Amino acid sequence: MPALPLSMVWVVPALPLFGFVLNGTLALTRPGAKRAVSIVGVGTLMLAFAAAALAVIEFGAQHAAAPLVFHYWDWLPSAALQVPFALQLDQLSAVMILIVTGVGALIHVFSVGYMHDDPGYARYFAYLNLFVFFMLTLVLGASFPVMFVGWEGVGLCSYLLIGFWFNEKINTDAGKKAFIVNRIGDFGFLVAMFLIFWRVGSLDFATVFAKAPAVFPPAGALITAITLFLFLGCTGKSAQIPLYTWLPDAMQGPTPVSALIHAATMVTAGVYLVARCGVLFALSPIGSATVAGVGALTALFAATIALKQWDIKRVLAYSTVSQLGYMFVGVGTGAYAAGIFHLATHAFFKALLFLGSGSVIHAMHRAYHATHSHEDAQDMRNMGGLARSMPWTAPLMWIATLAIAGIPPFAGFFSKDEILGAAFAEAAVRPAWYAFWAMGIAAALLTAFYMTRLMLYTFHGPNRTGEREREHLHEAPWIMTGPLVALGVLTVIGGALNVPPLLGGGAYLEHWLEPVTAAAGQLSPLVEAPPATEWALVVGAVLVAGLGIAGAFRILRPESLLHARLAPPESGLGRILWKKWYADELYDAVIVRPVMWVSREILWKVVDVRIVDGLLVNGTAVFTRALGWIGSQLQTGEVGAYVVLFVTGVLAVLFSALR
Amino acid sequence: MLLAPALGVSAVLFTLGVAGVLLRRNAIVIFMCVELMLNAVNLTFVALAQQLGVGGQIFVFFVMAVAAAEAAVGLAILLAIYRHRQTLNLQNINLLKG
Repeated sequence: MPALPLSMVWVVPALPLFGFVLNGTLALTRPGAKRAVSIVGVGTLMLAFAAAALAVIEFGAQHAAAPLVFHYWDWLPSAALQVPFALQLDQLSAVMILIVTGVGALIHVFSVGYMHDDPGYARYFAYLNLFVFFMLTLVLGASFPVMFVGWEGVGLCSYLLIGFWFNEKINTDAGKKAFIVNRIGDFGFLVAMFLIFWRVGSLDFATVFAKAPAVFPPAGALITAITLFLFLGCTGKSAQIPLYTWLPDAMQGPTPVSALIHAATMVTAGVYLVARCGVLFALSPIGSATVAGVGALTALFAATIALKQWDIKRVLAYSTVSQLGYMFVGVGTGAYAAGIFHLATHAFFKALLFLGSGSVIHAMHRAYHATHSHEDAQDMRNMGGLARSMPWTAPLMWIATLAIAGIPPFAGFFSKDEILGAAFAEAAVRPAWYAFWAMGIAAALLTAFYMTRLMLYTFHGPNRTGEREREHLHEAPWIMTGPLVALGVLTVIGGALNVPPLLGGGAYLEHWLEPVTAAAGQLSPLVEAPPATEWALVVGAVLVAGLGIAGAFRILRPESLLHARLAPPESGLGRILWKKWYADELYDAVIVRPVMWVSREILWKVVDVRIVDGLLVNGTAVFTRALGWIGSQLQTGEVGAYVVLFVTGVLAVLFSALR
Repeated sequence: MLLAPALGVSAVLFTLGVAGVLLRRNAIVIFMCVELMLNAVNLTFVALAQQLGVGGQIFVFFVMAVAAAEAAVGLAILLAIYRHRQTLNLQNINLLKG
């Protein structure tokens, strides 16, 4: 087979776009054509994955040391600002497009089963395809503006899909919250872009990263500002402190959406951005320390909240926030390969967990639907003992749980361990990393605990669903369990991507990413720990994970759990965790309410009502009316008076003409 | 030449017409005063035509035609007003008041 030119890489994002157009048309004209929608929606994704795989294989065969940039057309040709629409294929974007299209295709297949009875089926697939298109644009873009198009586009799709069931206000509110919080982050991204253009005069990745070490003095104020603004964008998109609050609410969307957008792909865009801009972050010690510090803090903070959530999807949402924190610790430390590795393995096991929870919710929902009950199908207190009726979902989710907890030989063990190892090694140079590492270890303990808690309450112990509902609990159809199995296999073997030399592996991913990370590595070299320390860290991390799991088995009593309706309210520390540290209430009091107050009391009641409506609109009317009143006083209605005026006027004209 | 006396008579007639329009109340009288002004102008035209050419005399015919049309329309309006209000006193007709 003759190799296709790599400049054809535009096909990869174009296929989902094509699917969006077709499905969008179907959604508007024939929303009932579910068969056609499934074929288009899933088919384009499968083809996109095949195209991505071909491109990556061809790219790998070329052993390119520099990124391949394909210039398609001049997008913004404007004096000094020249932005071509160009895509860039390099080792990093190759990994990303494989994850996006691969996991995306599996989740599309799952959606065929999960969304089957939904009236908005065609609309759902149209949005999902559009999302994949924007995500691929994000990771393939060769400049900041092209990436920003994808960045905004995935935000839009996220908003559309969170509020997918828009006839309930809570869903649309969650969508708006996600969009608005993301806008705050996007502002940071934009400012960073302006600053870069102001100093470098270009926004192409290649130019910026080549010139950056010469233009920006290391540890200077400007580069620190740029990296911090970029990271503000990341905190929005990747749900880190302080902008993480939208992600748990985003669980209002359909579960496959949570898996694809809010776990596996979109939320990792921030990690991708930091890895992409590694050169900039390497130039700014404060910037990279902020990334790692915020990541570590978020990892621990979100893990504590996950301990006391009852909604199965919320536990996973906080777990996602926490795992994203790990990735930021990795990329903030300069261990870009470790961060991207965790991104990949997390995409596998978290997609598996979310799809598994989707399968559980699907079963619960159908059981309640069959008996016309209105119980909460997502509350773990209403579940229990589901392993008996779900023989596929339960073991697959256990695999993912062991992976996220960091038990060897599952994927999460290798990636998480590598991040913590890199952080510990970095601490020898920069002591702040001891704190980050300690927070990471603590978060790992909590992760193992709350994931085991989720599994115990959902799948084990007595069933609390209800007497009549119990017989209606069934495993999901094969179209849903199939993707679960595929993700399960990836979760088991995904770690092989990057087995460190310490454990006898070849660190394949690390070598693959070397051309991308080398520039940043030269500016701020990664610290290596001695093998003895590394062994100690590995053993320690596994012990911590085992402790978390064993602790959960010892402490938690699924037998004594009460149904959600009967459960007493939490008290003490548990209540604070259940209330998410009151973060939403705090934001509400500090930001939302003052903004609302200013909007209502000043902008509306003073600026709008008094100034705009009163002074400008009604004021103009009053002024014209007054002028008209003065004019109308001349109109006496008496012809005689008019004639007098007329004659006087004529005489005046005559006299002035004669003179 | 009778130019000067003719212009003088015309001026007197015109002034009388204007004064009538200004001072009288009855619409018919005002109407007649307007006719007086028109005819004063006609007299001026005819008088000046002696020296300035036949244009003035031709213009007089136009004025007469307009005056005839005005008489027809104006009297019809006055008749209609009278039917409505039983008066032709202009002080009582002030519907145009602003």
